[in-house]
Amino acid sequence: MVPTSFYIFLAALLFTIGAVAVLFRRNTLVIYMAVELMLNAANLAFVAFARQFEALDGQLFVFFVMTVAAAEVAVGLALIVTIFRTKHSVDIDTMRELKG
Amino acid sequence: MGLMTVFILTGAVAIAAALGLLFARNAVYAVLFLVLNMFALAVLYLLLGAPFIAMVQIVVYAGAIMVLFLFVVMLLGAEELKEDGGPIGWQRPLALVLGVVLLAELAYFVFAASATKARLLPSPDGFGDPHAVGLTLFQKYLLPFEVTSVLLLVAMVGAIVLVRNGKRTADEPTGSDAD
Repeated sequence: MVPTSFYIFLAALLFTIGAVAVLFRRNTLVIYMAVELMLNAANLAFVAFARQFEALDGQLFVFFVMTVAAAEVAVGLALIVTIFRTKHSVDIDTMRELKG
Repeated sequence: MGLMTVFILTGAVAIAAALGLLFARNAVYAVLFLVLNMFALAVLYLLLGAPFIAMVQIVVYAGAIMVLFLFVVMLLGAEELKEDGGPIGWQRPLALVLGVVLLAELAYFVFAASATKARLLPSPDGFGDPHAVGLTLFQKYLLPFEVTSVLLLVAMVGAIVLVRNGKRTADEPTGSDAD
């Protein structure tokens, strides 16, 4: 069997790639996807620890994280669409003022 | 040794897909790389004895959420965006350095922790199957589950209001609430 630390390290690696992608990219949609990648990495750690301690709570937390991610994506994409109407761009650098 | 082989292969696919997301020029390719990453994670969930979570991952994440992303990317025509360094020139090197530092820290703590070193034992029968997950969800986590439904409702209403408002102010500059 694979040790838990391998799974946790893989989760850490995926989380780091997601965090670097947030800082690296300028397309707002890709930044959003990188946030999803980070959520997924956290989910992997949850499931790995749930497996190690044989407690289902970790898997339930993943379930809740997924629902929160779905809500976040719905609102966030609506925000991006609304901003796109005024800025005509999804470049993160165009979104520099609070006033639409 | 079979499980280790599957883990290494799936982990390599997951990491490659994440790097593809990081470096993809086209946002549609980025979405597809992320879908591939989520499928790899679903396989890892199966390895970890979480078949229900694995299926939810594929149906909800790779199915619903990523299709929403794909839809918005194509709706806005935001596939290609000129990605020069941006106004802050040193941002990208700094991001790489900070990422490497973060990864080193995480790796140090992961491999220094003694609790995670032990190899996993075979899981007990019925661990993580939909029956057990459902019982825990509706007995121990009933209140969070109900709160989640309120959260989803709020998100749905919020998304509709956000998109509708923008359209209405664009059509009627006075912003009257006649209807």
